[in-house]
Formats: sequence, C-alpha cells, structure tokens
Amino acid sequence: MSAADWRKAMNAGAGRYAWNAGAAGRRVTTHPSPRPSPLRGEGEVAAGAWARWIGRRVGARHVLVLLAVLIYPWVATPFFTYQIGAQSLALGLIALSLTFLAGYGGMVSLAQMTVAGIAGYMYAIFATSGTTEISLRWPWGLAVVLALVIATVCGTLIGWFSVRTEGIYTIMITLAIGVAFYYLAQQNYSLFNGFQGFQSVMTPAVGSVELRAPMTFYYLALFWSLAGYFFVAYLLRAPFGVALQGIRDNPRRMSALGFNVTAHRVAAYAVAGAIAAVGGILMVWYNGLVSPGSVGTSWLINILIIAVLGGMRHPIGPFVGAIVFVLLQNFAVDLVGRERFNLLIGGVFLVIVLFSTDGLLGWWAQGRRYVQGQFHRGPGAALTQRRGQ
Amino acid sequence: MKSLKRRLLWVAVGAAMLAAAVAGGATAQAPVVKIGLLATLEGPFAAGGQDGMRGAELAVKERGGMVAGRKIEIIKASSDAKPDVAVNATRKLVEQDKVDIMVGPLSGSEGIAVKNYSKTQPNTTFINGSSGAQATTLVDPSPNFFRFNTEGAQWMVGLGDYAYKTKNYKKMALIAEDYAFPYSQVQGFMTEYCRLGGRVTHKAWVPLGGKDYSSVIAKLPTDVDALLVVLGGADAVNFLTQYEQAGGNKPMVGGSITVDQTVLNFKGKRRESLLGTPSAGPIADRYEGADWKKFVAAYKENFKDGFPSPSLFAYVYYINMKAALDGLDAVKGDLSGGQAKYREALKTLKLKTPTGEVTLDENRQAIGNTFVTEVAKAADGEFYNKVVKLVPGVNQRLGMSKADFDKVGLGSRDVPNCP
Repeated sequence: MSAADWRKAMNAGAGRYAWNAGAAGRRVTTHPSPRPSPLRGEGEVAAGAWARWIGRRVGARHVLVLLAVLIYPWVATPFFTYQIGAQSLALGLIALSLTFLAGYGGMVSLAQMTVAGIAGYMYAIFATSGTTEISLRWPWGLAVVLALVIATVCGTLIGWFSVRTEGIYTIMITLAIGVAFYYLAQQNYSLFNGFQGFQSVMTPAVGSVELRAPMTFYYLALFWSLAGYFFVAYLLRAPFGVALQGIRDNPRRMSALGFNVTAHRVAAYAVAGAIAAVGGILMVWYNGLVSPGSVGTSWLINILIIAVLGGMRHPIGPFVGAIVFVLLQNFAVDLVGRERFNLLIGGVFLVIVLFSTDGLLGWWAQGRRYVQGQFHRGPGAALTQRRGQ
Repeated sequence: MKSLKRRLLWVAVGAAMLAAAVAGGATAQAPVVKIGLLATLEGPFAAGGQDGMRGAELAVKERGGMVAGRKIEIIKASSDAKPDVAVNATRKLVEQDKVDIMVGPLSGSEGIAVKNYSKTQPNTTFINGSSGAQATTLVDPSPNFFRFNTEGAQWMVGLGDYAYKTKNYKKMALIAEDYAFPYSQVQGFMTEYCRLGGRVTHKAWVPLGGKDYSSVIAKLPTDVDALLVVLGGADAVNFLTQYEQAGGNKPMVGGSITVDQTVLNFKGKRRESLLGTPSAGPIADRYEGADWKKFVAAYKENFKDGFPSPSLFAYVYYINMKAALDGLDAVKGDLSGGQAKYREALKTLKLKTPTGEVTLDENRQAIGNTFVTEVAKAADGEFYNKVVKLVPGVNQRLGMSKADFDKVGLGSRDVPNCP
C-alpha cells in the first residue's frame, strides 16, 4: 500500500479509529496528520501550521530535558559522560526499537539485541579489528552503511518469520532466533571468530576528531538517540503508525478495512531493525569489542527489562529505563556490597513492575495526575489524565 | 499537612547525606592507597571469582592492611566473565573510584579487553588477576599492564616431555574445548611433544559446556597410545563417563584444569585407571615446599568458608596482589610521576611466591615454575596429584627464540600440528 493510499484511508477513517481506540482503552492520537493538506500546500500556510503544531506539542519540560542532555557532559565527569550517559543512550536506542514493536505494534520481540549484535559483528568484520585474518579493513563509513543494511535486512527477516505468530509465540520464536544466533556466533570461527569474538574494534576518527573521546561519543550517541526518538514520535502520528496501532488493537478489524496486516507488521520490524542496528553500531564502538556474550540470553532479556522498566507507552520510556538500568548496574555494588548487589537490582525491578502499570512512565503519569488534582480539583481533572505522557 | 511533613523529612534526609559526604571528604586525609579488585562474582566462574578475591585479600591481610606506611583500601567490582562487562567495571574503578592500582580480571578474553583499555589510562597501573590468554602480553602489549602469573601454554611445559619419554606415548589423539585457553594449553604440550617426535593424529575440538560426546568418542582413532584431554571440570567428567560407557580404554593425559577434584572424585568403574594420569599446572595440591604449606595453612585459617585447599584462582590472585604490594613497598609507596618509579620497580621485581621465584620478561609477563603431576593414591585411599617434576623458569615463548616463536604464532585449532 502506498503512502497516498494510507493518507486516504486515514482521512476516511480517522474518526472510527479514534472511537475504536477509545473503546480499547489505549491512547491513540486523534490529531490529524502533522503534514499540511496538499490542497493548501503553500509554503506560508505550511510554515504557520508547523509553528502552531510545534507550539502545541512542545512544552517547557521538553525544552528542559533537551537543555539538560545537551549541558550534561559539561558538568559531568568523563566517566559519567561515557559510561553512564553514552551507554544509557545507546542501550536506550536499542530498547526504543523494542518499545516501538511491543508498545505500538503489540509484538514483543526478544531478538532486538540480536539485530544490534549483527550490526556490531558486521561492522567488526568489514572495518578494522584485532582479528586481522577476518576483518576486511574497509573504510569505516562503508562498513557502517553495510552493517546497517545487513542488520536491517536481518531484522526484517526475523519479523517476516515471526509476524504470523501472536503473543507468547512471538516471544518464543524471537528468543529461539536470538539464542540460535548466539550459538552460531560462538561456534562459527570463519566469520564470527567463535568464543573470542572481535576485540580492539576501534571507534573511528572524523578528520582530527576522535569519536572515542567521552564527550564526542556522548554527543554522537545523543544525536542518534534524538533522531531515533523523533523518528518514532513522528512515525506514530503518521498514517503508518496509526495503522500499526490499529493493528495492535484489532488486527481483524484492520484487515476488514483493507489494511494488509502482515505487511504493516513486517514494515514495523524493518523500522525497529534499523533503529536497533544504529544502537548496535554505537554499542560496538562503546565497548570496542563484540563477542557472543554481547548477544547472549542475558542481554536479550536486559533489553526487555529496560523497555518495561521505562514504560512502553511513550518513546522516551526506553531511555529512562536505560538510565536506571545502567545506574543500578554500576552503583548497586557500592550500596549493598559485592555478594548481594544483584538482589538490589532485582528488587528495584520487581518494585517498579509490581507497583506501576507502565514502568517509570506510569509513576510519572500518576504523579502528574496527583499534582493536577491538587491544583484544580474540578471535574476536568479526571479527563486530563489520559493525555498525560 | 502530611505531605508537608514528608517533604520536611526528605529535606532532612538530604541535608544529613550532604553532611555525611562533607565529613567523609574531610576525614580522608590519611595517605590511603586505593586498589581496585575485579573478579567474576556472577556467571560461570562465580565460585572461582570468589576464591580469587579470597586470595587477594590474603595478600593484603599478610601485610596487616598497610603498605609502606599507607593504609590499603580495596574497592571491589564484579563481572560475569564477559569482556564488555569487565571493561565497564574496570572503567568505573579507575575513572569513578579513582583507584591507583587495578588488580584483575579473571578470565582470558576479559584480560585482553582490560589490557586494551589500560592503554587509555596511562596514569594507572594494571596488574592481572588470573586471566591467562597468551595474546594479552604477546600481541600488542600495554606498557602499564603487568602479569605475574604464567599462562595456559606455560602451564603445560614439561608434560610433553614426560608423556613421550617417561610414559612412552608416541602417538596421541586430542580432545579439547574450542576456545583460546585450551588452544594455549595444547600449544604448550604439543610444542615439546612434537619436537621430541611424538605425533598427534586426531584433533577433536568440542564446544564449551557440551553434554553429549558420543559422536566425538565414536570418531576417536583406536591406534593411539593415549588421549590428551583438555576439558574443564564438568566437561571432563561427562566425557570420562561416556568414554567408559563406550568401552574406551586408552590412558589419559590431562590439561591444567582437567584433573581437578571433581575428576579425582569420579566414581566410575574406571576410577582406578585414573591412577598415573599425568597433567601439569602452576600449582599442585600436595606440593611439599615450605612456602606452599605456609600459604595453604594461612588460607585455611583465614577463610573458614573457603575450599579445603586454595584453588588456582585464589593462588594466582594472591601472587598478583602480592606483587602489587611488594612493588609499592620497594618504592616506599611513591606513586608520583605517573607511577613511573613504581612500574620500574615492578619490572625488576623478584617476586617470592609459594611456588618459587617469579620474574617478568620484556612484555611484563611472568617467567615462573611449572609442576608436572601424576594422579596417585594416598594412604587414606583418596586420589591426589603427586608432583613428579618441577620445571623451573618457564617463559612465555616456551623456550624458543622470539623469531622461532613468531614463526609458529599463537596456538589455535591448527597450530601447532604434527599428524
């Protein structure tokens, strides 16, 4: 189905989707597509519409968060910039691909880290690494492009395999694919260098700028995280995203409306694959290595934990989850001693999952509702709650 | 009203924490030397990592927690034997906790990754934990990474000679796990064995943690004198059991972690056939050296919850931590000038270990002793590894010149080869 068809379907059926979504109790936007209508597509009108749209969508908190993440490396130590900041962003980006799939497409895929790992492995194979007999030492730009393309294709193929399943079966089949790739990477020596993987995968330098330096790398990760965030945020309001959410809520109805359910789902996997692939390149640069451990079961599940921890109903969720996850991984050992620190990590996860319907974002929404209730205890308070994000 | 109270409580808690932080900063005036200690407390080597920590703690305890008038502060971190996790933990210790000296990590690929990281931190000295990959110091060594333990290939020196000459095994088949550590072990054995004229006609590389060896056993040739088995504890027991069930009857030569307590307590019908199985390694449980006995006694006394006898990990962490402290003692705790003097002292250190003296080569890799052992039966019927030979001063190039060794290269599936 072409973009034009989507738009037409959107315009014809916008009201019905909203009603449907409301009945299902999920948050689906009822805003029209941000794209100005082609009928009055004059530049001036479009600019005005964009400004109004931005004014409506951007609040003080968005500006505050953006400023905070931009200033952060100037106030933080290199350790906090690199290991906490940049690692959270890269992991958040991979988890974002899962949030997109699971939160908006209703497909929980455990293979997103596998896609990221494939990107990492491909980069190590095409570019330079310590394993000189396998690495091809091609220019890093070319290696990045090839790695992204191959990983996205793999992500799409994984989607193509698993879209015909639902719920727990999707989890099982993607877990199986993830574990299969783990063992392939561990036991194949001609391509993946087995148990050792690839060491000394160097982060490239652009001209005289070392991308490996903490601050540079942080901004690189931040750029791609913002790009991923805005891309997902845009896509969710675009006809494709709305159709995807419709499919999540009622695939049979969408199918009856003439939407190709399978094609939409595979396309969602392709988008998620591309996002995870970017995250995978960032992770291989961050670690300077890629080994079977990077795509092992624990990491497949860690990505799910990050996504659930943050909250699945907004694309900022995985980043919030990643920050908490990375902080716990690094500092739990200082709080409770070396033998029991996993207990604390598990305890925090348990508390968040038990007491919030949607991870940390769920608490944020509850907090907002509470504050709003304090300020104006009117009949409107209950109505505004659904819009909390 | 309630919320105001709660808010006040939070403010009070915050103020208290701030005060504590300031007070903490004020008391930290004494010249403390901070040492980071990394071992695997999660994952497959969790038990070994814990024992490694015991070994390192023992070295600190021996000095009463002080070195050259400075108090020793140990900051611990954990990994799960994955290189990326090890580097993250090390980076936290070095950049966040600002340790002066770093001791760790435990396993091979972690060691290579930490060595690579050490190049970005020229002001911190890194001393190995128990990782034993050959490449750590042979390929692209880092000027501030030191290793006072011998590694996998060195641990097997002397065994090839013993198997060929004393045991008279002229032709052998090999079964080993398919990763770097067994590659090193096999290289250590075969370099000597092939040079003497022995032949290894069949190599079977099996995945780590394998359960089913039936297809591997079926393919083993019958015209060999013995099997070289380089498998870790549980894998070795699985293999032995299945080999026995399949009617195998060849004698065995073991790797450094093959004939350990789990194998010696093997209860199969062929238990008696284990007697006389040679292996080699950097330690031997019942070595009669006085220093070794003292070390074992100290370990037993300090760690009631530890193993009956210090494991390889405890021993290796012990000597590396001891080296770190002896070096500090030699320069009277002087870490100035980017630790230049300290590193010089480490390079020339003649480290007294429970198994003899250790010195470093030009890549800052240990030259030390290796024990060749043989399974024997004690008076109480228990099996143990009896020392039959001590090979002194084994270096990382296995006694070859640099040119000769570089021609062969590091051990791998196909290197060395003498079919």
